[in-house]
Amino acid sequence: MQWGSVSEFFAMGGYGLYVWTSFVVTTLCMVWEVLALWRRRTAARAEHRAMLLGGSNETEA
Amino acid sequence: MSVNWSRYSAPMAFYPLAGRLIPWFACVAVVLMGVGLYMGFFVAPTDFQQGEAYRIIFVHVPAAWMSMFLYVVMAVWAGIGLGLNARLSFMMAQAIAPTGAMFTFLALLTGAMWGKPTWGAWWVWDARLTSELILLFQYAGVMLLRTSIDDMRRADRSSAVFALVGVVNVPIIYFSVQWWNTLHQGASVSMSTGSKMAATMLTAMLLMTLAFWLYSVAVVLSRVRCIIVERESLPVWEEEPAVIQKVAEVR
Repeated sequence: MQWGSVSEFFAMGGYGLYVWTSFVVTTLCMVWEVLALWRRRTAARAEHRAMLLGGSNETEA
Repeated sequence: MSVNWSRYSAPMAFYPLAGRLIPWFACVAVVLMGVGLYMGFFVAPTDFQQGEAYRIIFVHVPAAWMSMFLYVVMAVWAGIGLGLNARLSFMMAQAIAPTGAMFTFLALLTGAMWGKPTWGAWWVWDARLTSELILLFQYAGVMLLRTSIDDMRRADRSSAVFALVGVVNVPIIYFSVQWWNTLHQGASVSMSTGSKMAATMLTAMLLMTLAFWLYSVAVVLSRVRCIIVERESLPVWEEEPAVIQKVAEVR
């Protein structure tokens, strides 16, 4: 291992801003995608259930 | 014992199968990502030319590979959909596009983060960067075309044709560093000459790639499940017997 201390690790040899921005944004994108899918799933199921139980003859694809 | 795989081409049958597969892909993805990050930050040595900035490679290359790979897979599903007129194939193509677009964006962004310290510029109009940017527009085009057409079948077919035509850009991106004189560095891993990287760097990069691949499978499967619920009219997803009972009565 090449890191002498925690601050050295975060500094990334002076490239900290670039390295950590890359990793943090990638992580945020993935977390956001998973959360967005979870919300989409909940919404889709709720809407589908309402459509099925409502008994109304709405536009059925 | 033979499994009738064609059975799973029906969205109704595929829905529970996908649901059972997702946790496995997700768990292995998380484990591999943990190991890959550990190797990338604590085992892989400092690069003798680029210092620590090179560590961006552990997200940049996997994201860029996935952006191209997912486009090809999307185009294949689109092609199967057009050829066999199969609903689930179109749904798969539809489910892949957002994740592919996200990885294309990440490849461009992490590339900018790498370009600034090593080239002195966030962006240059060289062949590799420009063709990757076009890929982002292609993903956007596939998605926008779909949302702009109300008729589902026409939307399926139009976006499938768009996706198929655009697949020519993928080899252009891949070989751009050979065909043109680019600022972007050449391939660090090649089939003919092997790897030019330290073994631990390569291992970390491949672990991250495998992790991103498994992540993509999990996310795409869960998106295709959403799409099935949105597009199909039977409660394939319903876990509550009481609701299924009630639906049966209503019908």
